[in-house]
Amino acid sequence: MRHLPVAGKAITLLFTAAFLVACSGSDTKEDEAAAAAAAAAAAAKSAEQAAATEAAAKQQKLDDAAAAVGNVFYFDFDSSSLRQDAIEALNAHIVALQGNDRSVRLEGHTDERGTREYNMALGERRANSVRDYMVANGIASYRIESVSYGEERPVAYGSGESNWSQNRRVELK
Amino acid sequence: MKWLTATVMSAVLALASLGVRAELTIEITQGVDNPTAIAVVPFAWQGAGTAPEDIAGVVDGDLARSGQFAPVGRADMLGRPSSEAEVFYRDWRAIDTEYLLVGRVSAAGQMRIEYELFDVLRQKKVHSGVETGPVNEARMLGHRVSDAIYEKLTGIRGAFATRLLYVSVTRVPGGKDHSRLTLADSDGARPIVLLESREPVLAPAWSPDGKQIAYVSFETGRPAIYRQDLVTGQREQLTNFKGLNGSPAWSPDGNSMAMVLSKDGSPDIYLMNLASKRLTRLTRHYAIDTEPTWMPDGNSLLFTSDRGGRPQIYRYDLRSGATERVTFEGSYNARARVAQDGRNLVLVNRQEGDFHIALLDLFTNRLQVLTSTALDESPSIAPNGSMVLYATKYAERGILAAVSVDGGVKFRLPAREGDVREPAWSPYMGR
Repeated sequence: MRHLPVAGKAITLLFTAAFLVACSGSDTKEDEAAAAAAAAAAAAKSAEQAAATEAAAKQQKLDDAAAAVGNVFYFDFDSSSLRQDAIEALNAHIVALQGNDRSVRLEGHTDERGTREYNMALGERRANSVRDYMVANGIASYRIESVSYGEERPVAYGSGESNWSQNRRVELK
Repeated sequence: MKWLTATVMSAVLALASLGVRAELTIEITQGVDNPTAIAVVPFAWQGAGTAPEDIAGVVDGDLARSGQFAPVGRADMLGRPSSEAEVFYRDWRAIDTEYLLVGRVSAAGQMRIEYELFDVLRQKKVHSGVETGPVNEARMLGHRVSDAIYEKLTGIRGAFATRLLYVSVTRVPGGKDHSRLTLADSDGARPIVLLESREPVLAPAWSPDGKQIAYVSFETGRPAIYRQDLVTGQREQLTNFKGLNGSPAWSPDGNSMAMVLSKDGSPDIYLMNLASKRLTRLTRHYAIDTEPTWMPDGNSLLFTSDRGGRPQIYRYDLRSGATERVTFEGSYNARARVAQDGRNLVLVNRQEGDFHIALLDLFTNRLQVLTSTALDESPSIAPNGSMVLYATKYAERGILAAVSVDGGVKFRLPAREGDVREPAWSPYMGR
């Protein structure tokens, strides 16, 4: 600027004047546009928030539905096949897991009959049969961990089918 | 003052109960038809004050527990001899005693036990011996005397100077049970808690020299195999694989450990070299392969598999890699353990829905059911092959029980508190 010739200065002034004139001429229109843009942004933001709230509400609804069916799936004696009641309960959990990337842990359990280490393997078979069903229904296997506790973690301590049936289970956590 | 005494007393009782919590008691339920009558006279204490341990009481208890002896009650004894010169055979014939054991105990630094065994009918000394060791090992010295007497009179090596591992559990309904891995003498005395956890602890196993143990602990939230040195207390986590980490079984040479891992899919038997930690996969089957145990020669392993539909015992030959089925009788045979003779195999056998301990003679293939309770499991055989210790349920509680391999002798070892399970009888202990 220090070495700017006189003609250059004049041109700069001319442009500045023209700009000022232009601005003064459309003052109210500009404000309206800015306000509209801000409103649109705010609307978009609130729509986004609304969508997020809605998604959260939807997820909450799915989680509630999953919680309502419980996180324990029961098995028949000496079986690792999913029962119909377990499949229905499991479906609620699968739907609740589809919209997110949460990880789950499946803990397999058996009743007290039979040897401890063999039961450890049976508990794993049960946890894996739940896992396989979840994977087949779109839950990525890396999100699922199976751990067997065999007969080591009974819910009901006594003997007899009424206690045993409560202990033959997979817990989703 | 009365109140103060009561408070002090209850505090002492609370401490005492903490100390004996894991201790086992013994109830002999069945012995042989004509047990040998033996009088174990209280050993004379030759030191100052009172004797640190009732050695004769330890021997008396051991012989009674074997079921093959009927020890004479102390109140029935007509004399208290402690050496040959004081023995009057007529006193013992008068109460139908067949054998008489007397002894003397001194403790000048080390404890020294001298003992003499007499045949009352033939009126002669048949055996004498000396045991020496630290005073705090007095009970173990007593068990060594029992071993010598038992071997002299039955021809079978005694297994009283051995130890037991077991898991005791305090139930916490609605919460996490409290598990303790416990080490005790073969009579259940002197229990020491090696590991306490709110997570499951199971499958305790001995190294062949009796100096180390292995077990499975869920303390990390997942099962892992650990080994622990009983002398130094040093502990090492051996596995941390995805899935099952179970059934550690030390090879007879002590160099490797068989185990169950499901990291490659279904549960299979693997061998870990304990020096290099290198793993070799032994079985490869989509069925459950579990509960490996070694044949005494170290050339083959027995394991449980449901590859035929139901769990049965199979044998894997380490030299040929071949697998053959071993059990055929019954729909459920699992968790085998083999006696040191390589002939008698004990296992869990299901009959009409009930689980019993059975003995399979590998030479004749004859299967004999040894127990009559419904939920018997985890058989462990004494190093001399005479008795099988196992876990069962009695009055809705988990207890340990024992049965002789001929089914003739039975006793129970209930804990004073909680459930007890998974006994593992040690090998013979080196001195």
